[in-house]
Order: sequence, then structure tokens, then C-alpha cells
Amino acid sequence: MGTDALQRALVRALIDPDAALPSGVVGSAARFNIHRNNIASSLIAVLASRYPVIRRLVGDDFFQAAAGTFIASHPPQSPALIEFGGAFAAFLAALEPAASLPYLSDIARLEWARHAAYHAADAAPPDLSRIAGLDPDRMSLLRFTMHPSAALVASPFPILSIWRTNSFDAEVTAIALDSGGETVLIVRPHLDVVIAGLPGGSDTFVAALASGATLGAAARTAAAHEPAFDLTMTLAELFRAQAFAAITPSMI
Amino acid sequence: MIASPIPLRAGVGLKHEHYDAILADRPDIGWFEVHPENYMGAGGPPHHMLSRIRRDYPLSLHGVGLSIGGAEPLDRDHLGRLATLVRRYQPGLFSEHLAWSSHETTYLNDLLPLPYTAETLSLVSSHVDEVQETLDRRILIENPSTYLRFAQDEMSEIDFLEELARRTGCGLLLDVNNVYVSAANHGFDPTSYVDGFPAEHVGEIHLAGHARLAADDPAGPLLIDAHDRAVHPAVWDLYIRFVTRAGARPTLVEWDYDIPAWSVLFDEAMAAERILDGH
Repeated sequence: MGTDALQRALVRALIDPDAALPSGVVGSAARFNIHRNNIASSLIAVLASRYPVIRRLVGDDFFQAAAGTFIASHPPQSPALIEFGGAFAAFLAALEPAASLPYLSDIARLEWARHAAYHAADAAPPDLSRIAGLDPDRMSLLRFTMHPSAALVASPFPILSIWRTNSFDAEVTAIALDSGGETVLIVRPHLDVVIAGLPGGSDTFVAALASGATLGAAARTAAAHEPAFDLTMTLAELFRAQAFAAITPSMI
Repeated sequence: MIASPIPLRAGVGLKHEHYDAILADRPDIGWFEVHPENYMGAGGPPHHMLSRIRRDYPLSLHGVGLSIGGAEPLDRDHLGRLATLVRRYQPGLFSEHLAWSSHETTYLNDLLPLPYTAETLSLVSSHVDEVQETLDRRILIENPSTYLRFAQDEMSEIDFLEELARRTGCGLLLDVNNVYVSAANHGFDPTSYVDGFPAEHVGEIHLAGHARLAADDPAGPLLIDAHDRAVHPAVWDLYIRFVTRAGARPTLVEWDYDIPAWSVLFDEAMAAERILDGH
């Protein structure tokens, strides 16, 4: 067997515990299992470090099993493991035994955004003082570049409340699932990742800004989607979290 | 930034758990080593901390994901990311493993063994050539810890590594713990291996702790290259034996799981440094 065929057979046997060892391998099943365990346990540990709230919500046994199934069906595509695990939210959404926790995949999207923001490109947030005194007409013509680390996760479930109590509280607070959806901003303006709640409709607003719309146009788009959209409050939260990398035109 | 050569001193594998202690205390340690794969994000705290540490200490990059022993062409994207990190951090050394970890589109996150044959030797040699050309530097290749062997083997690991170094001009990284682990698992004498290792090619030494797995194996308990505890006394003895014969080499203590307090890891490095000072 050539090296290519040998390695293909080894990969199959490493991922599928029922596959036979390729011919030529000298060593017991116990020895081969060291490699199977190295692969599974190291990748489960990577997922556990990226999805600590998912793990707390489902418990360690369920998490280990779900992560193991995920790894077998979505093995890493690159040695840069920073990129590994982004498909876990979609995997959880389709996972039959997790169907009773419909908010799980949105929590996973939040946790992935937090991981991605941690490693995203750096950018210094702009000085806001120069737009502070602009009159509304001029303000509405501004365009905003989102910070490279910024992401929004909007959910019909109270995902920020669930994430917060499971991240910070020794005893989790009960959250009523019908208490309303939440939209979450994840951004890292400096070294620490900021996680903040945004008013309803802000996801449409930010998507419009990110696609190049002026502030005025983005606000109209958001209001058309969400009649209760509150521009002032949304902008205040985005500014406070330092969610932008640039504001143009630079001189008004 | 200009490259700082790795000194003939002891260093440690840099863990993010120790960033704060290192930046607060500026310990008198010779150098640090990192896995470049952990610094492949665009920005954020990992680069921030590594840049600060790099200002004060020489740095070595020790790759774990290039799959040099893989049957397929090297992953050009990954090689490009490595080249970017080499330009950014100007490491004194760059090393990788005699192992493979990728096939087709799957990356397995383990260092997998390969048979030692004429075919794999020419494969690994061409990969090492490509890496050295891309990174524009000599690299070091590390002897692996292994649990399996192959019926296809045509030569010993030492002969394979020595011929690899001769063909490509690469250096070797002697991992003494890996020698001890493989020797126990395959029933050969680790002393003979260390005595036969081609010292003239060795540019770096690794030390680490290993675990004993009471596995259901006919050969008895297996040793695992676990990097989760202090260096075993028998590994220290092999290390002393090698530097007594070959002279001092930059020496790294690796401790990647169950990571101890900074002072514990620092003391392990100082134990290695006292041995280096005597040679």
C-alpha cells in the first residue's frame, strides 16, 4: 500500500471506531485508540472552551456526546483550529435530542461570535466628539463602518439573559422563554470582548449600515421592519460599546 | 524587529495562563516557544501579549499542523500563514514534527506516525525543501513519540532523520521525552537511541512529562506523550547523557495540560539550565 492509500485508510479508521485497521499497522487496538482519543478529546476540549454556556445548559455528558458526533460529521478543515467549530450552531439546531431547547443554536451563535471577536482584526474606534454636535440632517448623511470584530445575533428567545446568568451566576436565574426575543451585539473595540443588548430592529439597522447605507436610510429600513425601532437608543448603545471602526465622510 | 537567535539556555513553552506572571515579573529565562497555530487569528489578545513578550525575549515557533509527513502536497494556505507569522515575529528557530495530521480536507489534530521508507523519505524531504524555501530559513524536524509501527518500515527512525537532514540541510530537534516514550512502547533501548542520534544536526532539545496508560496491551503499560506533568527522572538522565556527549543545545520544557503555576514551570527550566551550564 502506498503512503497516500495508507493515510486515507488510517483517517477512516481514526474517525470511524468500527472501521478496520489498515494492513501494515503494527500495534494493538489499545495503541490505535490512543490516537482516536487524542483527536476526539482535544477537539471536544476546543469546542468546550468555545461553547461554555452550551455545555452548562445541556450538561457535560450531553455536551461530550454532541461534540463527539459533531466532530465525526464536521472534522476540522484546517490546522488553524481558531476556525474550527463555527458550524456547531447549525448542527445543534438540527440535533433531534436537543429539540426541546429551541434557543440552543442562537446561544451557540452568540458564543461563536464572542470567540470570533476575540481573534478578529484590531481597529481603533473613531473619535465621536466631532459628530456630537451635528444637526440631524447632517447626521443622517453619515455612513458607518462596523468594527471588524462586531457581530449581531438576533433571536426570538431571551438569549442574552440566558447567556448572562449561565456565564456569571453560581445559581442560574430562571428565565421565562416567552419573555421576548433579544438582539445581542458582540464587539471587541480594545482587548476585551463587549456583549451588549440592543433594541429590537437594530439587526436590520446594522445590516443596512454594514451594506453601505447612510444613517438616515438605515433608520428608515429598520423602521419599516420594526415599527417600534428606536434610533436614538440603538445609536447610544452602539456608540457606548464602540461598535464602529470608522465614520464617513470624515469632514462634515 | 530583527531576529534574536535562541541562546544556549533553557526556555519554556509559552502558555496564556502565564502571560500576566511573565509580563509582571520579567523572569530571567532564555527564550519562549509557541505553537504558531494558536496565533493565526487576525488580531486580539493573543497577538497583543505575544508581541509584548517578543519585545523582551527570543522566540521559537514550533508548528504542529503542517503535516510534513502527509502524502499530499503541503497546505499552501497554512504555509502562507506560517510565513506571515515568521515575518511578524522573527523567530530564532522554526521547527515541525516528523508526522502527519491532514488528509484530503480533514485535519485530525494529532501527530500521526508514518512508515520509514524510501518513498516517505523522498516525500518528507521535498516537503522540508518547500518549507525552507518558503520561510527562507533552515528548519528543525522533531523525532516523534509513537505507539504504532508499520510492517512497511525499511529503515530506522534515526537513519531516516539523518538522511533527511543530509538531503535537505534541515536541522533536528531531539525530543528526549519522545525517545523515552517510544522506547518503552516499542521495547528498544533509549540510551542507544540517544547515543546514536546525529548530534551535529541537533539545534534544539525538548523535555516534557509523560503519562503511563494501564492499557489492555500485550506489551504491558503504554507511555503517552502527555505534556501534563514534570519531566521524569529517567528523561533527565537521558538528557544529561546527550549534552555530555554533544554539548549544550537550546532546551525547552513543554507543559501543555494541567498547567502548573509559573514558578513550577520556571523551576523546571532552571533545572535544565543548570545541566546546560555544566556543559
